[in-house]
Amino acid sequence: MTTRLFGERVPRREDPRLLTGQGRYLDDLGREALAAAFVRAPHAHARIRDIDVAGALDVAGLVAVYTWEDLPERAGRALPLLIPHPALTHGRTAYPLARDVVRHVGEPVVMVVATDRYAAEDACALIQVDYEPLKPVAGLEEAVQGVRLVHEDVPGNVGAHLVQEVMTADGRGAREAIETSPHTLAFRLDIERSASMPLEGRGVYARWDGRDLRVYSSTQTSTSVRMAVAAALGLPLPQVEVIAPDVGGGFGVKIVHPWPEEVLVPWAAMTLGREVKWSEDRREHFVSSAHERGQVQYVRVGFDDDGRVLGLDVTILHDHGAYTPYGIIVPIVTSTQLPGPYKPGSYRVEFTSVYTNTVQVTPYRGAGRPQAVFCMERTMDKIARYLGKDRTEVRAANFIRPEEFPYDQGMTFQDGRPLIYDSGNYPEMLRMIKELIGWDSFERRPGRGIGIGCYVEGTGVGPYEGGHVQITSDGRVHVSTGLTSQGQGHETAFAQIAATELGVPIERVSVVTGDTRRFGYAVGTFASRAAVVSGNAIALACRKVRRKALRIAADALEANPDDLDIADGIVHVAGAPSAAIPLSTVAVLANPLRYAFDDETARATQFAGAASPDRPPVAEGEEPGLEGRDYYSPIRSTFAAGMHAAVVETDPDTAEIKVVRYAVVHDCGRLINPMIVEGQIHGGVAQGIGGALYERIVYDQHGQLVNASFMDFLMPYATEIPHIETGHLETPSPLNPLGIKGAGEAGVIPVSAVIASAIEDAEGIEIDRMPLSPSDLFDLRTTHRP
Amino acid sequence: MKPPPFTYHAPRDLAAAVRTLAEVDGKVLAGGQSLIPMLNMRLAAPAHLVDINRAEGLGGIEADPAGVRVGALARHSEVERSGAHPLLTRALRLVAHPVIRNRGTVVGSLVHADPAAELPAVLAVLGGAVRVARWDGGAVAVREVPAAEFFVGPMESAVAPGELAVSAFFPALGAHDGVAFEEVARRHGDYALAGVCAVVTPRGAKVACVGVGPVPVVVDLGDLVNLDSGAPDPRAAADLRAAADLRAAAEAVREATEPEADIHASAAYRRHLVGVLAERALREAAREGAAARGA
Repeated sequence: MTTRLFGERVPRREDPRLLTGQGRYLDDLGREALAAAFVRAPHAHARIRDIDVAGALDVAGLVAVYTWEDLPERAGRALPLLIPHPALTHGRTAYPLARDVVRHVGEPVVMVVATDRYAAEDACALIQVDYEPLKPVAGLEEAVQGVRLVHEDVPGNVGAHLVQEVMTADGRGAREAIETSPHTLAFRLDIERSASMPLEGRGVYARWDGRDLRVYSSTQTSTSVRMAVAAALGLPLPQVEVIAPDVGGGFGVKIVHPWPEEVLVPWAAMTLGREVKWSEDRREHFVSSAHERGQVQYVRVGFDDDGRVLGLDVTILHDHGAYTPYGIIVPIVTSTQLPGPYKPGSYRVEFTSVYTNTVQVTPYRGAGRPQAVFCMERTMDKIARYLGKDRTEVRAANFIRPEEFPYDQGMTFQDGRPLIYDSGNYPEMLRMIKELIGWDSFERRPGRGIGIGCYVEGTGVGPYEGGHVQITSDGRVHVSTGLTSQGQGHETAFAQIAATELGVPIERVSVVTGDTRRFGYAVGTFASRAAVVSGNAIALACRKVRRKALRIAADALEANPDDLDIADGIVHVAGAPSAAIPLSTVAVLANPLRYAFDDETARATQFAGAASPDRPPVAEGEEPGLEGRDYYSPIRSTFAAGMHAAVVETDPDTAEIKVVRYAVVHDCGRLINPMIVEGQIHGGVAQGIGGALYERIVYDQHGQLVNASFMDFLMPYATEIPHIETGHLETPSPLNPLGIKGAGEAGVIPVSAVIASAIEDAEGIEIDRMPLSPSDLFDLRTTHRP
Repeated sequence: MKPPPFTYHAPRDLAAAVRTLAEVDGKVLAGGQSLIPMLNMRLAAPAHLVDINRAEGLGGIEADPAGVRVGALARHSEVERSGAHPLLTRALRLVAHPVIRNRGTVVGSLVHADPAAELPAVLAVLGGAVRVARWDGGAVAVREVPAAEFFVGPMESAVAPGELAVSAFFPALGAHDGVAFEEVARRHGDYALAGVCAVVTPRGAKVACVGVGPVPVVVDLGDLVNLDSGAPDPRAAADLRAAADLRAAAEAVREATEPEADIHASAAYRRHLVGVLAERALREAAREGAAARGA
């Protein structure tokens, strides 16, 4: 029997639980808890003159009504600005409950607690808030005019402004390089707003026993929620524990913290001495969580006869909504990931990040990269079109060569560290994707086109994650890590790593994530980092445990530790299978006991062994138990890459757009589980097709979100997603012990670019905006060939 | 997303149902596929909910040579599977998704009167009728409302407060009639951006369009389109004429509609689309009719 599991298609161990209704999501917990609901702002921008709760007081089941004025000083402070940046000169965050002014429809104003959610919503409907409406800032164009202001003290609505420039080898800036280029192009690109939309919304459930606070949150970072809640409520950290139960998707929105509800629900539980729970409903998710994507890009590019980019100058207008709790990570990622697998000669990127009276913008799977890749890949296609060259030829002319790694892009990445690509092989990847989709033999005709898109994704950002591994005397292996899971398959992938490192059957390995009772130090699950950072931490912890196990086994077997190996949970002398000891026994021996509670542990008591009377039972420098803890802190991010290609058909009469083939070649270094990686890609591509053809968040000029339901916000169904063909390329990362790179966001990143490329090919009309509906395509046809 | 309080009634027969509706200001709950979401989003807040699902005698699908009568509790899926009326079957396959069709009712869709829904167009193009009951001082009174008068405006039917739609009648097709339903929706099962349901008979053609006006837009094309319009050989002179007739019909349909813009489509696109779909639906219906005639 083999215990080599790393790299195999091990079925997801969480699926039987999650697919048969055995998952425990936030709303499955706390049946007896009181329910919270919120009165949310109906205006995009308004001053609160008065709140009259009298009408709600007669509602049967009402327990409490809170406004900002009811909150204690600490809990009532503005929420933290999680990721400050020098360029974010005017960062602003919301209060847990609105104080004086509301700045987007959906901002929480009053919290109601009642015996159930029905009563809580009834009470909400009876609370009268007197608003003085203010003029809203409804769109990017209006925001930059700076006539109306979202925050009175933020001139021009500009929260942040940042210029980054990478000079040519001979020290020239991008604008100069463009001026002296043989060819130049200039154009504008528009990407509309979308949003994460996990199946399970956010949710918080809190229990206070008079001394300790336990909080369950549907979060991507339980450790950080714990610290934020302890700080906001003035509690000593050891008295707060936070658990992420099964989480039904995150996609970025749940990395933001603390959400107002993560402060308010625990505070209410403490104040009332009762359990309190809040489960976000879909409408709340639309109007009060977070959105992303919306950008306008102005591009100038200079290039030579081969299509090689000599200078690229991109100016980005980024809409960050009403508040900036997550800083300016999204436009920074757009700026720094825009060059992708290419060497753009000289590159200048400038972004202005502005306030609008809309829901705040924080990372959504891809986190600024889909916009970046749309920009770069549209640029490549336009160069090819201008020069009359094959689109893949122009890309190949600009690739970083395999021998050029590590490749320094000369910028600072989102983690504050240099943007140095660790490894990759882009020409080989291009060859693979062309072969997979049949690029060279594609039969083009009107209404049938092929498109391509390439990207590089910085994954596995630090600062660190940790892993704890314990082998108990029953031979079971208990793995825990602090970051959280939202269905990605961590229980399987991490178990594969542990089983491989320790030489045990995977059935004996259990994995716990996101529970601060088990592991207190962690960062969180985002930026395609869990496998890279926690995966390596768990591997390192396993190696510690393995060394200890071999040392103890060597003593017991009177062998040299270097001659030992572990297979199927049994330590044996290499070449002498009879000289063996199971790990369960090693675990017993690792923990000298005074008391025996079963036959196995009797072997570790004080009169059982042949322990030397000259040494203490636990030797100096040792600890009891067969367990280990270690951390992995990456020096910098590791850079995964991918190339997608698609064939689309457009209906000549109805302008319907159908994706008939979709192919992906993906490189995330060494694969832990190809099936899980493919699943991540499939989900990502589906989200990408949503962003390319279906999903848009629509605000009207009053700042009202007009499609805040799944009836009008068009997430694609399975029926809209084509079969996805995948190929894998493995260029191991030299940066981490396992040689892996992240895969979580990959699928979504280039899809808009790929679909635009294919529609452009089918229609002969340049596509400069996403998403594109049949109605949009009809309008383009009317304009371009009336 | 929880409904406000309401009083729940579950009458056991038609008389009890309409008596209750006469006494209280209530909404009728049948399949609930539109009403329940509206309650949850608090877009509707009736003080009383009259659930007719337990009422005897309101289900059933009765077909005779004149047509098909569908009872108030007949589910979409039931009618679809019964195959009692070819146009109804075709339209029902375009209504939402199977799980919704398992609960939603045909009569409920008619009363809901969504201008983008398929079933009102079917009733309108066939010239069917809806039977409406009310409590009239000690007895159940019934009236028949023809399709042309049933759809009053967007989300508004001729069913008055206190009334219950008990059945709908869909007239049968002739042996040589052909039908088709063509639509474009953003996603499978969504309400159509535009749709056209066509009936072509040996005497002439008629369409009803959805999504392009406040109610289903019925256009009688007379003998402009006939069974020869679906003939398969595009080289024949007759077929060139037929193609020209189809284009003229599409133009007539475009002129008869008044589409509006929303976040999913511009008015110009909808107007263009309804013509394309009219041409497709008429060709398909003509082909089907011609095949039935043995042409």
